[in-house]
Amino acid sequence: MIAAATSMTALGLGLGLLLGIAARRFHVETPPVVDEIEAVLPGTNCGACGFPGCRGLAEALAEGAAPVSACTPGGRDVALQLAGIVDAGGGASDLAIGAMAETEALVAFIFEDHCTGCGKCFKRCPTDAIVGAAKQIHTVVMDACIGCDACIEVCPTEAIVTRSKPRTLSNWYWDKPPAGFGQIPQARTGGAA
Amino acid sequence: MTLRSLATLLRPSQVFTLRGGVHPETRKHLTCDAEVVDMPVPPLLRVPLQQHSGAVAEPLVARDDLVLKGQLIGRARGAMSANIHAPTSGRVIAVGHYTAPHPSGLPVPTITIRADGEDRWGEHLPRLRPEIADPDEIAAQIERAGIVGLGGAAFPAAVKLNQRKKYPLDTLLLNGAECEPYLTCDDRLMRENAEELVDGAGIMARALGVERIIIAIESNKPEAIAALRRHRMALGVALSVAVVPSQYPMGSAKHLVLAVTGKEAPARARTAELGVLVYNVGTAHAVHLAVRYGEPLISRIITVSGGAIARPANVRVRIGTPVSDVIAFCGGIEGSADRVLLGGPMMGLPIQNLRVPVVKGTCGILALSPAETRPRDSMPCIRCGSCVQACPCGLTPFDLNARIQSGDLEGAVKIGLMDCIACGSCAYACPSSIPLVQGFDFAKGKLAERQSRKHQAEEAKRLAAARLAREAAIAEAKRAMMARRKAEMAARKQAEASDGAGLAAPAAAPRSPAPGAELQP
Amino acid sequence: MTAHLPPPRIAAAPHTRTVFTVPRTMLTVIAALTPATLLGLYQFGWPAIFLFAVTLAAAWLFEIACLWVAGKPLAMFARDGSALLSGWLVAMTLPPYAPWWVGVIGAGIAIVIGKHLFGGLGQNLFNPAMVARAMLVIALPVQMTTWVAPVGLLQGPDLWQGLAITFAGAIDYDVLASASTLSAVKSQLGAGAAMADIAPGLAGLQDRLLGHVAGSLGETGTVLLALGGLVLVALRIITLAIPLSLLGTLSALSALFWLIAPDRYPSPLLHLTSGSVMLCAFFIATDYVTSPVSAAGKMIYGAGIGALVFVIRSWGSFPEGVAFAVLLMNACTPLIETYVRPRVFGRTRSGKPLPLVSGTGPGGRR
Repeated sequence: MIAAATSMTALGLGLGLLLGIAARRFHVETPPVVDEIEAVLPGTNCGACGFPGCRGLAEALAEGAAPVSACTPGGRDVALQLAGIVDAGGGASDLAIGAMAETEALVAFIFEDHCTGCGKCFKRCPTDAIVGAAKQIHTVVMDACIGCDACIEVCPTEAIVTRSKPRTLSNWYWDKPPAGFGQIPQARTGGAA
Repeated sequence: MTLRSLATLLRPSQVFTLRGGVHPETRKHLTCDAEVVDMPVPPLLRVPLQQHSGAVAEPLVARDDLVLKGQLIGRARGAMSANIHAPTSGRVIAVGHYTAPHPSGLPVPTITIRADGEDRWGEHLPRLRPEIADPDEIAAQIERAGIVGLGGAAFPAAVKLNQRKKYPLDTLLLNGAECEPYLTCDDRLMRENAEELVDGAGIMARALGVERIIIAIESNKPEAIAALRRHRMALGVALSVAVVPSQYPMGSAKHLVLAVTGKEAPARARTAELGVLVYNVGTAHAVHLAVRYGEPLISRIITVSGGAIARPANVRVRIGTPVSDVIAFCGGIEGSADRVLLGGPMMGLPIQNLRVPVVKGTCGILALSPAETRPRDSMPCIRCGSCVQACPCGLTPFDLNARIQSGDLEGAVKIGLMDCIACGSCAYACPSSIPLVQGFDFAKGKLAERQSRKHQAEEAKRLAAARLAREAAIAEAKRAMMARRKAEMAARKQAEASDGAGLAAPAAAPRSPAPGAELQP
Repeated sequence: MTAHLPPPRIAAAPHTRTVFTVPRTMLTVIAALTPATLLGLYQFGWPAIFLFAVTLAAAWLFEIACLWVAGKPLAMFARDGSALLSGWLVAMTLPPYAPWWVGVIGAGIAIVIGKHLFGGLGQNLFNPAMVARAMLVIALPVQMTTWVAPVGLLQGPDLWQGLAITFAGAIDYDVLASASTLSAVKSQLGAGAAMADIAPGLAGLQDRLLGHVAGSLGETGTVLLALGGLVLVALRIITLAIPLSLLGTLSALSALFWLIAPDRYPSPLLHLTSGSVMLCAFFIATDYVTSPVSAAGKMIYGAGIGALVFVIRSWGSFPEGVAFAVLLMNACTPLIETYVRPRVFGRTRSGKPLPLVSGTGPGGRR
């Protein structure tokens, strides 16, 4: 019996040692993932995530210091792609994405009555989505706006708000029919926002 | 497929049934024997600037302008658009937005005209002699008249005529199938205006350069078939009548081509690639009026029917007539209307605001009672396969529905979501009353939305990069200017120093400021 | 004008639908089953009637209990007729003199395990009635293989005796038991006899068609079952694909082997008219939920069941193979549905757009 115990122990120790040496010796360096992450992000450096620009968020994501849902302008699509790359495991990504409901696109909207033409929003917009000369009323070009809220933070008269992008006749579609049973199918018509 | 083509070689008049399809109660007896009645011009007309697929027309009139009947009030914008004409004489009281005749209730740019009661024609379009006119001239006339497909899709007719330049065409197929229940407007048009219709077909055939015209009519319209069989030629082009089985959706263009010629248009391709162009019979009639009489498209025949309409009828109305006026002309709504639809019951658009106008693509106004719509609670899918049997496109609607419900839209595309023509046969046949077509429309819309968001994200990236580049360029130019100024200052100081030393000639003339320095941030 | 009435509703197209709803479909199938059921009940007498009633009642009660536990709307589902149909089919496959608790267990297995554990209406993978039958056959072989001769309502046990048989188990097995056609064939072939010697001892063709043969409660009326099935086909509730392929495959295979070795294999006619093949072909295999949806898929499914029935009957250890054949093919249904799809309009079978036939139209101009 003692012989059996000693031989098994020796075997275990020996194999464990071999495994450890192999793990050190044949370790593969993973390629830098930060560049891959940065390619997925919108690249507008708006700062909505709280990190210094898209590069900053990419580095934080690579370390695991930021959730995949951090990029709000990118929305659910970007979060899903990030989850594919970052692969935090443990379901943390799924939880974070689940919390991001499939929201409508949000855009900024300037109330013309309150706009003084100071131009601070214009300077802050990462995609040049605001048009307007100095001392003239500014307005938002909705197709270029990514909804990062940078302009809202700097406006001195609080003339800018976020709204869901208004639906037009050309992009309207029926709501998803209710799953399951027990209701006469009827859709909310979802008129103009 | 090849068997069918072979069959048409042996028997050219062979007609084929469709796979699938449903047979709803046609209920055409309500209006099929009612002669077309001209509705008097209403006091107020609302003419949307978008009644066609494509770009919105641009308004050519302003508030308080006086317009005459047939006057051009909206010009086609771009290649894919159509002209809009005033349906009667009167005064423009608003150029703005009004509720669109659409279930969403969203606004559409609209010109509102108050009729002056005189209905005076303005200048007609120049009349043509199609026997001697150039095909391009005819096409130009059709475009000037603002003619769009009157079968419901409202595709600009002139744009479709351009297909003749891309594909070799040999057949003009006129769609007189009218497979939707209740609708009889095409039936009455064929019965009452057969000659004009045939003439219009001949004109279009000349414009296309084809040698054959086929008019396809469902077998449940024997009088229309007889009326059109009397004509063998249209402006020198051979005309024949093909009687197709009464089946929904026989009126779908690709399916009609299959039924009449035995050829199946490949997915994503047009019927023009098979050499066949399909137009509605109403469009042919409008072409006749435009070319022979110089009249733009300002009125059309619609069917007003349904269990909740007091006096169902076929009415010729001016484009822009409010639906409520048309319903009142037909006796108003009797009892409770569960749905008010523009179009037929299988694919029609439900509306809630009855003051929306009739547009070029409106084929009918239906007010259906609950007994006709049979609203039912939806039950779970029992996988009975009725939807698979009913689908004319060979899809599996229950599977599409399951994938869409679980959020797998890409999976739905993989099994053929984009091949769906949204005819409604599957949802009609479903014993569990599952809203299948609503789900498909949702999925298609959501996918389009995602596509446009992705596109927008790429655009935003590009804009952000451009902005960074611009700011970097400004900073660089500023730096360059500062460096130059510094060098200048240094040179001047040196010159002063050497000047004070001994009246020596200045080493260099003071330099002018750097050229091109309009560098205001 | 319409001021007092509610405004018209906005709902997606289409705005009309067929009159056939789920309850209507279920009730139509039940109606088609009724003639054969009444024949069976009449021939086997009071015990059969009581067993039938107990099974149906149990099925319905189990359904209500499951719906209540699952929190589903009772009013809608309890009246859709699907539990009634499942219970009816379970009852049809039971031996007529079985005790009442066999019916209750069968109904319970069908409704609870076969249907609701999978998710309720439309979600079950296996046919509930066949699940129940298979489990009963394996767990209670004695009760499930005790057949009696059909003597008719008037000649058989009277009301009180019938009550005693069903509820008190007072069966005198030695006196009443009679072999069904298939079990007789199987046991005698197994003992080494040749078909030519066995055949005279079996019920004749006419008896087998009209139900004068020992068997399950509702499976004996072959002609009535076939007629009921054809009525369903005419009403477009089912298509002919499954019955034709099932019966055709069974006939073809049995004919093949019978021609090769007529002494060891029963004739195709015997196969088609004995056991529960007719009930299966028109009512059980055609169950919507567990059969494939496309026409080609249905043919494959039906052929598979026919082949398996023949295999189990000829070389398996059970005289009647229908339940197992159906269950095996039910397991294949999702596979069949995934790979056997109808051809999409405008595309080839593999999904690519059709190739354009160059140039020539019907007039052959270019």
